[in-house]
Amino acid sequence: MATAIPTRRRSLPFPIAFSASAALVERNMRAARSYWRTFVSGFFEPVFYLFAMGVGIGALVGDVQVDGRAVPYAIFVAPAMMATSAMNGAIYDSTANVFGKLKHSKLYESVLATPLRPLEVAVGEISWALLRGLVYSCAFLLVAAVAGFVQSWWALLAIPVCTLIGLAFASLGMAATTFMRSWNDMDYVQLIILPMFLFSATFYPLSTYPDVLQGVVQVTPLYHGVALVRALMMGELSLGLGVHVAYLLALSAFGLWATTRRITRLLMT
Amino acid sequence: MTTRTGERRTWARSAVGGGWPSVTGYWLTVYRRIWKSTVASSLLVPLLYLAGMGYGLGAIIDSPGRSAVPGVAYVGFVATGLVAAQTMMTAVAETTYSVFGAIKWQRTYHAMLASPLQVADLVRGHLAYLALRLLMVSTAFALVALAIGAMTGWAALLTVPIAVLGGLAFGLPVYAYTVGTASDEGFNMLNRFVIMPLFLFSGTFFPISQLPAVLEWLAWASPLTHAITLTRAVGLGSPAPLPVEAWPAVLHVAYLVAWAVAGYLLGVRRLRARMVV
Repeated sequence: MATAIPTRRRSLPFPIAFSASAALVERNMRAARSYWRTFVSGFFEPVFYLFAMGVGIGALVGDVQVDGRAVPYAIFVAPAMMATSAMNGAIYDSTANVFGKLKHSKLYESVLATPLRPLEVAVGEISWALLRGLVYSCAFLLVAAVAGFVQSWWALLAIPVCTLIGLAFASLGMAATTFMRSWNDMDYVQLIILPMFLFSATFYPLSTYPDVLQGVVQVTPLYHGVALVRALMMGELSLGLGVHVAYLLALSAFGLWATTRRITRLLMT
Repeated sequence: MTTRTGERRTWARSAVGGGWPSVTGYWLTVYRRIWKSTVASSLLVPLLYLAGMGYGLGAIIDSPGRSAVPGVAYVGFVATGLVAAQTMMTAVAETTYSVFGAIKWQRTYHAMLASPLQVADLVRGHLAYLALRLLMVSTAFALVALAIGAMTGWAALLTVPIAVLGGLAFGLPVYAYTVGTASDEGFNMLNRFVIMPLFLFSGTFFPISQLPAVLEWLAWASPLTHAITLTRAVGLGSPAPLPVEAWPAVLHVAYLVAWAVAGYLLGVRRLRARMVV
C-alpha cells in the first residue's frame, strides 16, 4: 500500500471491469436485505393496475380494435402494464435510490476511493436496477399468463425486452439524477414519467389520438417499449419491431454515456 | 434532560394552548419555498389523469347508445372521481415524509415543543395547514374541470368541501400513523398496499359495482368511496344522473367525519406518547 495511487487510471479491460461492477451489485444486494419488504411489494403495484384496468375498465370498454381485429381490453392492456412497470422500476431505482446515495449516504465517494471507476459505477448501478426489474417482469408475466391475458409463447421474449426498456430508462434516469438539487426535484421526474405512462398508447390504441399527436406519441421511448411487448404477448411479429429495439438501444447508449460523463465531472474532479 | 422536560410539561399544562396558528405559519413558510414542484405534482397530475383517462379512454368507452354509466360522459365520471382522489393523494403526501422528517430528521417538532407550544398545537397547526392545501388543490381542479366542461353546474363547486373533508379523512389517520412510526419504510407499504389500491378500486375510474361482491363490500370501507359518491351527486349537473338522497348523504358525511376525528384524537395521543416522556 506504499505505492501512490495514480490519479487517473485507464478503465479496466472487460472481464475485470465487469467484476468491478459486480462488486457494486453485490453491495446493493446485501443492502436490499434490510428493505426486503419494499422489494417484494414492488411486484404488487402493476398487478393492482392490471386488475383495475383489465377487469374494471375492461368491462366498460369491451373490445379494442387493433389492426382491424377486436381484442379484449385486458389482453390489450396487460402488455402495457408490463412495459410501464419495467419503466417505473428502472426510474425509481435510478432516481430516488441513486439520489439518496449521491447526496445523503455519499456512497459513491467511498466507492470511488476503491479501484472502481465512474463507468463501472454506472454499469453496476444500472445492472442492479435491471436485475431487480427482471424479477418483477418474470413475476408479472406469470400472473398475466395465469389470468389468461397472454396469447403466445413469444411472450417469453417480453422478459428480455423489459430488461431493454429498463436499461434505457435506468441509464437516462441516472443521468438526470446527477442534475438534481433536492428531493423536491423528484416531482419533475414524475412530470415526465406520468404523461408517458398515460399517453404512450398504453390504455388505448394509437389510432385514438388525433393525427398530429400520433407523431408525438411515437417519439416517446415508452411507446416503443409498449409496442414491442404488446406484439410479443399477442404473438404478432414483424420486421418493424427492429425499429423499436434500435430506438431503445440508442437511448440506452446515450444514457450510459451521459451518466458516466456526469459522474466523472461530479465526483472525480 | 429530565428536569428540562419536566419543567416544560408543567408549563405546558398551565398554558392556554392557542399556539396552533404559528405552527400553521411554519408549514406555510416551508411551503412557500417548494410550491413550484407541488403545483406540478398536485395540480398537473390530476389534470393529466383527466386528459389521459377521461378523454382518451372516454373516446373508446362512450360510443353512440353506450356509456359506462347511463347519461354520464366518461370524462365527467372521471373528473368527479379525481377531485376527491387527488385530495387523498395530497393529504397522504403532506402527512408522511414531511411530518416524519420534522420529528426524526430535522427535529423541528422538538424545537417547537421547546417553545410554549403544546402537542395539541402541533397537530392542530398541521391540520389547518393540511386543510388549506387540500382547499387549494381541490379548488384549482374543480375550476379547471368546470372550465373545460368535465363538470357542470354551480353545484359542482360543492365538490370542493366534500373533497377537502375526504382528504382530511385520510390525512389525519395517516398523520396519526406517521407520528407513531419508528421508520420511514412503512410509507412505501402504505402507498403500495393502501393508497394505490384505494385510488384504483374506490370508484375513481369505474363503478365499484363491477367488482366481485366481496371487493365491492370492502370498497365501501374506503372513505374515498364515500367522498366520490358525494362528489358525483353534485358535480354532474342537474338533474343529477347519480343522485344521493338526504339521509344517505348525511351518513356518507358522518363516515368521513368519523375517520377525520378518530385520526385527530389518535394523532394527539400518539404524538404525546412519543414526544412528551
